[in-house]
Amino acid sequence: MKKPPTGSLLLALIPFVAVCFSVPLWDRVYPLVLGLPFNFFWLICWIPLTSLCLWGAYRVQSRSQEKGAAR
Amino acid sequence: MSPSLVAMTIIFGIVLVGAITGIYSGFHRKMSLEQWTVAGRGFGLVFMWLLMAGEVYTTFAFLGASGWAYSRGGPTLYILAYLTLAYVISFFILPEIWEVGRKFEMHTSADFFRQRYDSPYLAALVAIVGVIFIVPYLQLQLTGLGIIVEVASYQAISRALAMLIAFVIVAGFVFASGIRAVAWVSVIKDVLMLVAAFSIGIGIPYHYFGGIRPMFYALTQAKAAHLTMPGSTAHMGHAWYVSTVLLTACGFYMWPHAFGSVFTAKSGDTLRRNAVIMPLYGITLPLLFFVGFTAILVIPGLKNGDLALLTMVRQTFSPWFLGLVGGAGALTAMVPAAVLILSAATLFAKNFFRPLFKPSMKDDEVAKLAKVMVVVMTGVALYFAIYSSTTLVGLLLLAYAGIAQFFPGVILGLCWRRVTTAGVFSGLLAGVGMAMILVFTKHDPFFGLNAGFVALCVNIAVTVTASLCTPAQPNGFKEQADAVAVGD
Repeated sequence: MKKPPTGSLLLALIPFVAVCFSVPLWDRVYPLVLGLPFNFFWLICWIPLTSLCLWGAYRVQSRSQEKGAAR
Repeated sequence: MSPSLVAMTIIFGIVLVGAITGIYSGFHRKMSLEQWTVAGRGFGLVFMWLLMAGEVYTTFAFLGASGWAYSRGGPTLYILAYLTLAYVISFFILPEIWEVGRKFEMHTSADFFRQRYDSPYLAALVAIVGVIFIVPYLQLQLTGLGIIVEVASYQAISRALAMLIAFVIVAGFVFASGIRAVAWVSVIKDVLMLVAAFSIGIGIPYHYFGGIRPMFYALTQAKAAHLTMPGSTAHMGHAWYVSTVLLTACGFYMWPHAFGSVFTAKSGDTLRRNAVIMPLYGITLPLLFFVGFTAILVIPGLKNGDLALLTMVRQTFSPWFLGLVGGAGALTAMVPAAVLILSAATLFAKNFFRPLFKPSMKDDEVAKLAKVMVVVMTGVALYFAIYSSTTLVGLLLLAYAGIAQFFPGVILGLCWRRVTTAGVFSGLLAGVGMAMILVFTKHDPFFGLNAGFVALCVNIAVTVTASLCTPAQPNGFKEQADAVAVGD
């Protein structure tokens, strides 16, 4: 397996930190946001944000592949 | 007509339409899954999104997630997290799996192990472990069907009888139509499911509280602790959450049917782009949590949380709508059950029985054996479904504890040159053994951690240690590739 570019790995790490490892920081009811408990709101937010991170990772990968092909 | 008759008639009507669609498309060979995906590009973006968003509503999400939101509370949030992170992992590993899959013409996850580690025995072990842990997943679907019939018949038909009916329908469905049927039935199911999820997820909190915001306000006044971890459980705190999310996110694509689907993709790049948008499909999933949370305030004290969603629907809407939701739910259980049974039966016949016991078997004999396995496996799942009382989410977590044990063999096989057959073999045995021991001796969670995750750590440790203790061996993915010498 070719090692994925570091940039894409770092971008992929963001959602892991945000929705998994940092759970003690956001697992609370208050403040309610848009009527939702805070932990609920936080996770829902990270659904599109994860897509965004992966989109970034995709861009980084395609760029490094192009560079590899040009070489 | 009595309410139960109305609801049951509609459910059976929907199931019948689904079954006929399945069988009909079975007659027309062209309706392949691939056809469906290719046709998908003609559907337009919005319609595709709707279909894919309907796809996330499995029995597990539909009855199980709302049931856990009702009975456990906060810990249920792990579902939102793991579904998101599973795609992050898939972004990196699926294209690689696809690449070697194309090079060596693989069809199943066992083929992957067979090629990489050059061992039919390891492949057979992978096949049989896959088959064993598909049983609880299948049991989940049958239990779901049983619950639907039980609630929709206003408890007139017992759960056991309902599951027996479900067993006959599912097995018949698979026999009559095979995998081709599944694609078109899922279109019906996805559309119905999305309609159901939006109307109940928004409608039910609105009916009782005037909206989602007032519903949560009332819930925080009454039971704020239920909404954070460990919610209404004793041990499902933050450590459990992190370990469970990691376990299930790693295990997500280790399912034999999910792993096999990777090989049908058009290119590695397609898989990567899919992974980018897949998380978005789950964004409507919280609607089901809303129903479970509303149910806490409206119908407290249900013994089985998995009944919460349908009981709420029955109490809030007219019987025909209960029938619609129940029918959609029934298809939602039948379609995945068919896929699970088919991939497990094939795996058993092709990667376990034939190579070990009867290498001379012809392809049509393999197909026959696979059909026998369909009945055997569904029967076993039915037996467990009748005699156990685990929640739907509990069942899936049990299945994940086993299935995720393939992860080290796959990931190390892809990116660590030094991993050996003996290492993966012993790691897999240790992981599965550990998971079974912890779960069956009721040590789940184990010191606050998900038992499957503990087993996965043991698995990785054993795999790495045993690999380093055995002599290095050639990489099954490299040999032939070098011989062909395609510059890359």
